[in-house]
Amino acid sequence: MGSGHAHRLHLHGHSPVHRLPAHTKLVAVLAFVVVVVSTPREAVWAFAGYALLLAAVARAARVPAGFALRRMAVEVPFVAFALLLPFVAQGGRTEVLGMQLSVSGLWGAWNILAKGTLGVGASVLLAATTELRDLLLGLQRLRMPPMLVQIASFMLRYGDVIADELARMRIARESRGFRARGPRAWGVLARTAGALFIRTYERGERVHLAMVSRGYTGAMPVLDGRAATRAQWSAALALPVTALAVCLPAWTL
Amino acid sequence: MHVPDGFLDAPTSVATGVIAAGAVALSLRGARRELAGSAAAGPTAGAAGPGAERTAPLAGLTAAFIFAVQMLNFPVAAGTSGHLLGGALAAILVGPFTGVLCVSVVLLLQAIMFADGGLTALGTNITCMALVTVVVAHLVFRTLLRVLPAGRSTVTASAFVAALISVPASALFFTLLYAVGGTTDVPIGSVAAAMGGVHILIGIGEGVITALTVGAVIAVRPDLVHGARGLARPLKLKVGGELVDAPAAPAAAGPAPRSSRAVWFAGLAASLVLAGFVSFYASASPDGLEKVAVDHGIDRGAEEHAVADGPLADYGVSGVDDERLSVGLAGVIGVGVTAAVGTGVFLVVRRRESARSAQDEAAARESTAGHGKS
Repeated sequence: MGSGHAHRLHLHGHSPVHRLPAHTKLVAVLAFVVVVVSTPREAVWAFAGYALLLAAVARAARVPAGFALRRMAVEVPFVAFALLLPFVAQGGRTEVLGMQLSVSGLWGAWNILAKGTLGVGASVLLAATTELRDLLLGLQRLRMPPMLVQIASFMLRYGDVIADELARMRIARESRGFRARGPRAWGVLARTAGALFIRTYERGERVHLAMVSRGYTGAMPVLDGRAATRAQWSAALALPVTALAVCLPAWTL
Repeated sequence: MHVPDGFLDAPTSVATGVIAAGAVALSLRGARRELAGSAAAGPTAGAAGPGAERTAPLAGLTAAFIFAVQMLNFPVAAGTSGHLLGGALAAILVGPFTGVLCVSVVLLLQAIMFADGGLTALGTNITCMALVTVVVAHLVFRTLLRVLPAGRSTVTASAFVAALISVPASALFFTLLYAVGGTTDVPIGSVAAAMGGVHILIGIGEGVITALTVGAVIAVRPDLVHGARGLARPLKLKVGGELVDAPAAPAAAGPAPRSSRAVWFAGLAASLVLAGFVSFYASASPDGLEKVAVDHGIDRGAEEHAVADGPLADYGVSGVDDERLSVGLAGVIGVGVTAAVGTGVFLVVRRRESARSAQDEAAARESTAGHGKS
């Protein structure tokens, strides 16, 4: 599967976090995010606690802070939205730096920023410490339909191939003097997309026939029989359980 | 634009998650049929058995295509550029079920591999960007194909309109979700206007690119375009200066009209869940428009509606005391009535449609009857 080509979020390593089975990590991250999302936003200190927890995991996984922070840049569009909220939301107004801002808008912006950032941080750590293929097998272990896992693994396996095909088409266009300037170039680019679809679909048919000729019947054998031990489960679930311990006083106080 | 964690409250996230899971399960089954169907129409007919083992490679490669085509930048003006969202394109090229499936898989992988979009918001993302986009595009596309005269340019024009509408539809659906389960009380009316306006502009770009791409594929491999299946004409031979039907015409007519029952039931179930369960959370606070009205005193002149004493007034069933039950019941009844009326209209339209097409079919059958079966 995709193990040959490292994806850009993965950080190869052999830390205790890397060695945990993928499905325990998936459950842990999901539970952690659920706890974070259900924390009342007024409990500012709880979010600081969550951030410390994530930092501890990153340290245990030996993921450099710069690496994780750079990968969290996908969040930026929503940061812009969050920064807009205090200006458009309704409710009581307060004065910050000489501007009239909505109180509920400020809380909403904080809510999105804090929870979104923690969620992205947890996902980045998961992706950095787990191979793609293991993540997919972990999903299958968590009872995601095998067909869906297969589709996702085909997409991963051929994603780079298709992207390379697109890159070769770009080189071919540019070596013929094409430069995309404005909407006039759309026709050419759309023909590229159309050709890419045809090539991709025909490749899919070839792949299918090749697999059928090797005895493929629609189901992939599961070769990875590694079940998680109790110690591994408890190590993985330490993150959400600690987060829950932080969360409970936030609810009751 | 992927929704992160914490953007919508927990009940809304759970509800959209349930909808998304149902949609993916349904499209897994539908995609098997769609991809098997393309085997029968394509040049590899007979090589493949039933669709089960075709689904994974073809849907996986199509998902990879959508993933790649989102990387193709289209320059707009002065250094800015946009990219295709791909929902409408997938619906037209590979069919609605495979389209929902592929876009969902792309979103899933973006969430767990690239941290793009929150894990708890995955259901919301799939519902907005895979389900609503693909289904709206498919319905608009199918309707236009039926109304407009058949032809290649019709497919392209319908693709444009379908993609154009699907983008703001998705944005407005997201605004609706935000109105139901948003974590900040922004004026929903103006948000909807802003979201709709911006996304109509995006939709124009999406529509033009989708139409051009579909046109490019149709020009080379029309048999691969799911939305243009009905276009293939029976092969004609020129015998003695006269066009006659080829003797062994392949099964060129489109696939047998599929029952829309599955779609109908899924839609009804989703609406019932939304109306009966989610509406309780929605109605806990007045909706954005009402709130704006109250804040600005717009509703001072508002009069009570004519059916204010009706059995469903103010979104509650009179005579039922439990507020949660009452609101839920009202929602369920409302959906039921809407579905019944809609289905009635649809049935009337379809009866007239089928009466007309039955005549065409009979004429076509007569003309091919003399040449035996293929």
